[in-house]
Amino acid sequence: MTTNTSHAGSTQSASGAGTPLLSVQHAKIGYVVNRETHVAVGDVSFEVRQGEKIMLLGPSGCGKSTLLKAVAGFLGLFDGQIRLAGRETLKPGPDRAVVFQEFDQLFPWKTVRDNIVHPQRVIGRARSEAERRSDEYLELMKLTQAADRYPHQLSGGMKQRVAIARALALDPMILLMDEPFGALDAQTRSRLQRELIDVAARTNVTLLFVTHSIQEAVYVGDRVVVLGNAPSTVQEVVDVSALDDPSTLEFTSTQEHLRSLLAIDDDELGNLAFE
Amino acid sequence: MSETREAEQPVTAVSAGSAHHRRTWGDLPTVLRRGIVLVALLGAWQLSTLFMTGAQAQLMRGPLEVGEAIVDGFARGDLVDATLTTLRILLLSMAIGIVVAALLTTFAMWSKLGDDILNLLTAMINPLPAIALLPLAMIWIGLNTTALVVIIANAVIWPLAINVSTGFRTVNPTLLAVGRNIGLSGWRLVRGVYLPAALPHIVSGIKTGWAFGWRTIIAAELVFGVAGEGGGLGYFINYARFFNRTEDMFAGIVTIMIIGIAFDLLFSLLERKTVIKWGMKTA
Ligand SMILES: Nc1ncnc2c1ncn2[C@@H]1O[C@H](COP(=O)(O)OP(=O)(O)OP(=O)(O)O)[C@@H](O)[C@H]1O
Ligand SMILES: [Mg+2]
Repeated sequence: MTTNTSHAGSTQSASGAGTPLLSVQHAKIGYVVNRETHVAVGDVSFEVRQGEKIMLLGPSGCGKSTLLKAVAGFLGLFDGQIRLAGRETLKPGPDRAVVFQEFDQLFPWKTVRDNIVHPQRVIGRARSEAERRSDEYLELMKLTQAADRYPHQLSGGMKQRVAIARALALDPMILLMDEPFGALDAQTRSRLQRELIDVAARTNVTLLFVTHSIQEAVYVGDRVVVLGNAPSTVQEVVDVSALDDPSTLEFTSTQEHLRSLLAIDDDELGNLAFE
Repeated sequence: MSETREAEQPVTAVSAGSAHHRRTWGDLPTVLRRGIVLVALLGAWQLSTLFMTGAQAQLMRGPLEVGEAIVDGFARGDLVDATLTTLRILLLSMAIGIVVAALLTTFAMWSKLGDDILNLLTAMINPLPAIALLPLAMIWIGLNTTALVVIIANAVIWPLAINVSTGFRTVNPTLLAVGRNIGLSGWRLVRGVYLPAALPHIVSGIKTGWAFGWRTIIAAELVFGVAGEGGGLGYFINYARFFNRTEDMFAGIVTIMIIGIAFDLLFSLLERKTVIKWGMKTA
């Protein structure tokens, strides 16, 4: 499968639309700090179908990371339900592999290859199988040259590619990403966006991707779930599956639309408007 | 590591090529520089003994005589025995210290009360030179190896426990999240993430524990030597003093220094092969 057919592919995969892969229903999530309850995610519902790339977009502090942590099983819910393939996501697990924003998410004491092999061993794969797959994903993420290096010898962009390879090698039901390219320079960022689209098409992975970049949401995603300020609710779900060329009019007008959505209840627009 | 070497080469090339460059002391390799200084120091030492006469000369020995005394001591066997005795007691005490420190840290990780206990105990006992407990240990336990082991283990436990618990508390939360994400929990999370992530602290805890233990055991053996008991290096030095064998006193001191240096090198090597290689600690 190539990049170009991937968007068509994702509409096809909606044919299995009977049960969604991930369903978030009336999720209310927050923190208790000094006995005071602070609600970040007010009441959020959406669904993710198999093979889809869903982007979570919203102003800073609206609870995107909080929501993702709850899907990953790091955080409990005050109310509502999150189900993956029908089962509640109460504990963390490799069926929801996470790629974090931080560059230091790789184990520094393991080589790039071992960073990819080890988690597969943890989930019970035989060594030979784990190594074979790790080579496969090293190649897919253009990391073969760096396989025997230690993480501290890599650039930020390479570290994020290793983290993506590590997550994909686990064959997760869904890949969770929290602003994985947020700390990269613009060039590296757009290169990795392209690579991610390509790899997602080849592996047909389901993606839940947090970003606060409108451009990234439209470019990478199939649908964009727009959240409002905390305690957040879903403002709108925008279909962007047909948009993958930033120079087209549709692309820019969708960006404009998202911008206005975020502007409705957002004073912090400054950092979003000119991404 | 190969990268560092690559990075250095262009610099050397430039400086060698510059017209005004003269080879200076700083350009020599470290080993050579240190070697030259060492030989100079030994030479000065040897020279100083040549100008000494009478009672002064009685109490001083040059490096050649000391070297000879060390060789003799090893040939006779008593210096070897003393060294092995000291090392055996130290290693036993360190092993006990490591186990107790591990238990204490586990307890501290596991409950807030344990954390408070560890913190208070460390704050109270760590500033106390371990040797200060020796007289008490002597009257409680007696003039025997057990008293030594208790004193040394105590010297080792606190720096180790404080380092390890700092290491565990400061493990990068992102790495812990990754560990839990791939399905690690309980002991597997400790072994898979906590221990390796805390390794820089663990190694420096062992280093400090060793340094404290090494100083304490020599001091304790000296006291025991005065009391006429024991058999370690401290005792060896005291024994030599008793029989007026100045060269053996020097031989004991130099042996202590050499072993100290050897262990420091060993720990540096361990760090270079692990935490420094992994970029978790700068050289
Ligand atoms: N560990 C925590 N304890 C208490 N409050 C928290 C914690 N983490 C986040 N919050 C609060 O919850 C709210 C949502 O935070 P969250 O990190 O989910 O935002 P976000 O949408 O990811 O923002 P950003 O785009 O800046 O990453 C914020 O008000 C934040 O202060
Ligand atoms: Mg966030």
